[in-house]
Amino acid sequence: MWTKIGVTLTFKKSTSKLPSSLLSDVDDWHTSTTRTALADSTTMRASYTLDSSLDSVNKIEQIGEQFATKAGFDEDTVPHIAMAVREAAVNAVLHGNSYDTNKHVVASFETTSDSLIIRISDQGPGLDPDKIPDPLAPENILRGSGRGIFLIKAFMDEVNFRQLHPGTELTLIKHRTPAQSGT
Amino acid sequence: MSMKVKTRQVDGITILDLSGRITLGEGSVTIRDAVRDVLAKGSNKILLNLGDISYIDSSGIGELVSAFTTVKNSGGELKLLNLTKKVHDLLQITKLYTVFDVKDDEATAISSFTK
Repeated sequence: MWTKIGVTLTFKKSTSKLPSSLLSDVDDWHTSTTRTALADSTTMRASYTLDSSLDSVNKIEQIGEQFATKAGFDEDTVPHIAMAVREAAVNAVLHGNSYDTNKHVVASFETTSDSLIIRISDQGPGLDPDKIPDPLAPENILRGSGRGIFLIKAFMDEVNFRQLHPGTELTLIKHRTPAQSGT
Repeated sequence: MSMKVKTRQVDGITILDLSGRITLGEGSVTIRDAVRDVLAKGSNKILLNLGDISYIDSSGIGELVSAFTTVKNSGGELKLLNLTKKVHDLLQITKLYTVFDVKDDEATAISSFTK
């Protein structure tokens, strides 16, 4: 079940309406969303609280892909951002919350004039980024797991970890070029 | 789109034609089961045709690695065929491209297996 904890869609610099594709998708997932968003996609923000399920992973990935597309990233970069978002969501649902139905994942997406910022948090035991094995090390190269955080770092410009007690928040940042931000 | 597997035999090699997504909860388990089935039937020369794989995540990559090591530990060979650009790039980034024996032509791949 999806719970809207706050969908804030803020747009500046224009009075044109938000692209209907994004609004309709948001409405599909949050039936109480009010269509008050106006203007272009220079700045945009939305936040969701989700179950610890694979369905949530897929939906977070889709939202990330839509935000990346609306932020103006090219066709090569959008799938990379979507994959980074998916890996962060998998990390929260699987490694953080361990599919615990009593725990939730919070995913927030924000497009500013110079960046796309995605925050994904869980309610798990916490993640120490310094203790994540290097998947490229010879002793780890044939491991069947442990590449998610590596791929996130490979595809995003900045990745930050924050301990929530309990839980972990990952912040993923991809910088927009002036052409993408419309400035 | 969930992953689908079609199995065929060519010159003693088992070819698994995979299509769809290899991700956590979708294709990962399907690949694992398919490779186990092939090994259980006594074949350990496997060619994974990834030409119709539209998407793969870190879980899918991990499953390819696990399949590779499982088959290798059984004394067999597992090779990859027809990588899409996305899969190719991911294997490059994760330094796995040189771990796998990657082919882009089926006949060449078939003839490369140890007889």
